[in-house]
Amino acid sequence: MLNFSKINVLIIYLLFLVIAAFSILNFQNENNQFIKKKINLGLDLQGGSYLLLEINSDSLVKDKIQSKVIPLKKLLKENNINYNNFKINDNNLTLSIDNIDKFDLLFNLRKDNLVNPYIDKYRAYELEYKKSNNNKIEISFSKFGLLTINNAALKQSIEIVRRRIDDVGTKEPTILQRGEKRILVELPGLKDPERIKALLGKTAKLNFRLVSDNNEFGTEELISENGEKLNISKRIIMSGENLIDAQPSIQNQNNEPTVSFTLDRIGAQKFGRATTDNVGKRLAIVLDGDIVSAPNINEPITSGNGMISGNFSFQEATDLALLLRSGALPTPLVVVEERTVGPDLGEDSIKSGLTSLIVGFVLVILFMIYKYKIFGLIANTALIANLLMLIGVLTILEATLTLPGIAGIILTVGMAVDANVLIFERIREELRTEKSIIHAFDAGYTRAKITVLDANITTLIAAVILFAFGSGPVKGFAITLGIGIITTLFTAYFLARHITSIVVLNAKNEVKI
Amino acid sequence: MTNYNFSSKFKKANIFSIFLFLLSIIFILFKGLNYGIDFKGGTLIELRSNNIEASSIRDILKNMDLGDVNVKKFGKEGDFLIKVEQKGDNNKLIPEIKQKLSENLNTEVNFRRVENVGPKVSAELLQSGIIAISLSLAAMLFYIWVRFEWQFSIGSIIALFHDVIITIGIFSLLSLEINLSIIAAVLTIVGYSMNDTVVIYDRIRENLGKFHKLSISEIANLSINETLTRTIITSVTTLLALFSIFILGGEILRGFSFAMILGVLIGTYSSIFVASPILKFLKVSYKTLEKEEEKIVP
Repeated sequence: MLNFSKINVLIIYLLFLVIAAFSILNFQNENNQFIKKKINLGLDLQGGSYLLLEINSDSLVKDKIQSKVIPLKKLLKENNINYNNFKINDNNLTLSIDNIDKFDLLFNLRKDNLVNPYIDKYRAYELEYKKSNNNKIEISFSKFGLLTINNAALKQSIEIVRRRIDDVGTKEPTILQRGEKRILVELPGLKDPERIKALLGKTAKLNFRLVSDNNEFGTEELISENGEKLNISKRIIMSGENLIDAQPSIQNQNNEPTVSFTLDRIGAQKFGRATTDNVGKRLAIVLDGDIVSAPNINEPITSGNGMISGNFSFQEATDLALLLRSGALPTPLVVVEERTVGPDLGEDSIKSGLTSLIVGFVLVILFMIYKYKIFGLIANTALIANLLMLIGVLTILEATLTLPGIAGIILTVGMAVDANVLIFERIREELRTEKSIIHAFDAGYTRAKITVLDANITTLIAAVILFAFGSGPVKGFAITLGIGIITTLFTAYFLARHITSIVVLNAKNEVKI
Repeated sequence: MTNYNFSSKFKKANIFSIFLFLLSIIFILFKGLNYGIDFKGGTLIELRSNNIEASSIRDILKNMDLGDVNVKKFGKEGDFLIKVEQKGDNNKLIPEIKQKLSENLNTEVNFRRVENVGPKVSAELLQSGIIAISLSLAAMLFYIWVRFEWQFSIGSIIALFHDVIITIGIFSLLSLEINLSIIAAVLTIVGYSMNDTVVIYDRIRENLGKFHKLSISEIANLSINETLTRTIITSVTTLLALFSIFILGGEILRGFSFAMILGVLIGTYSSIFVASPILKFLKVSYKTLEKEEEKIVP
């Protein structure tokens, strides 16, 4: 175990130097980077906001199931299947039919099925039905039908969340899908996420509807911005989808902040026709079910440009313009988890993390010198090399360093000497029975090898499981702990062993451990 | 090499361990655990200001109908930690709470940390924490079973249970908060305690092959003594690192490092006084090894 071929020595030191060299990259000048790699700081160290958003597709499912009513009735009628007790519920339809066998055939038609399309991707139908007693059936979305609705809504939501956040202009945001219903948003450096939360919390469904004089059929009563009860037609003249731009502006006459918008060709046509036909009436601008304002139509607006006023502050006008520009979210988003760390706490954490790392490191080094003298120095050399390599690997992986991650490094420092301690103790034992020092060292390394491996693999297992199940900062701990074990094995079994071999082979019989 | 007679104290130690273990279970079942917002849901706000008392924060929040509110000092003078129980949609409450505090405390308030975990997420976090710990125990069981004989596997897993339950029991006794970082600490304890046990087991296996005439108690005693210096040195260096985090690492890491310190102490104790006696109980001898010759590595 003490003989190293030249090529082995070369490989060991080259590997060490290359990996350790990467740790230097963290000290590069920002503007003049040789290789663009560095350890990223987690949100808990650099400050920032972590948000986990969840879509709620209940309203979508409700809309979707309602959209099945007309095609379904048509299908039944065309095929002379009699039905009654037709009921529309929140997420299903119930009805009684006389010929279930015939219905089943039509319902599960593979080709050109307008009511219940076959989703090729999942090899499943969008809908399924359950039969209960006396010919009553309940139609609802299948598991895969729901999945399709969710997926589409989630993809669209992520796109719109990205547009809104980019529009606010935070630096380097991370926006990722998490599972089937969630979106993870990380906003480094953001101190107060309330504005972003407010912007993401609105679906921003905008539509223009006429104000009706009486509460005739097809209207609903909404409260206007100044407390007036208005009957608003349910018929939508034009919706936010037809908007191509929206900007905050100041109205010259009374310095009031407003939002001016531009419509696409179709929107301009619709808007022009409606305003031409209804001069003198009032037009309600409805956002997420609330009236923003309900101005009089003084003259036809055919240019495709318009303006929304509604007692806004300039900030509100800016936010509304942003929401309208980015488009409507398919469903409301709920913040299910939030973690925000201020920049000063992050700085404090870095400071206390580094202080405890340095103190822990120095204590361990002193203790090892006290215990093992010259071999303590070898163990310490291995420890320093270990730390450099650990930082190097973290840099190569561009890992995220968190506060628990720093704790993982300190813990690695404490536990890394174990490998060398095991070996040194074993050598001491061998020296008692073995006359030749070289033989004793050789036997010590050989016999301790299995134990060192066993002992470290157990900790590695814990680290891997922690990485798989941990979230956020805890994952950072698992990363440093796990990589620390691997670098520990390398430095103890190759670097320290080589240095030991030089010492032992040169000193011959005067070595004391 | 030391020559302490550990095996003569096995019986007393085992009674002591069983007592602590049962006491811990009683505490965990009847006193319960102080779950943090990670596992219970709710809102946490850390703030910094000068010249205010916890009571003035409490008074302001009392009028807000927030449910259970907990305000305590957190580290430095003027630093406070506010915990608000989960009540409907806390997310809308955060800006309100911040505004109320900023307006009513007659000093500048710096909100250093805000965390909010919804009920669904907290339930999932707790579930994945429990799965992670169970899985790590199972993985250790499996690893030792592959590398050693089944008796060793049983012995090490009982020692691990002992360590995990007593650590959590002490957290229950002291009403310390259980959060995500404590789960990380428990998993690390599992790894560390296993590490310690494996070193002694390795030596026991080696000595079983060497000294056929010695009883398992004598073998255990010899092996513990042979590895004792290593056991102590590694515990000391690990504890040096941990105390450094505990004292200097700041408030956030305090619970984590405390759990780890407990775990290292209990884990070191258990590899000597729990894991080793179990082998005697399971009647391990050199014959056990012969049956599974192929697993022995020189």
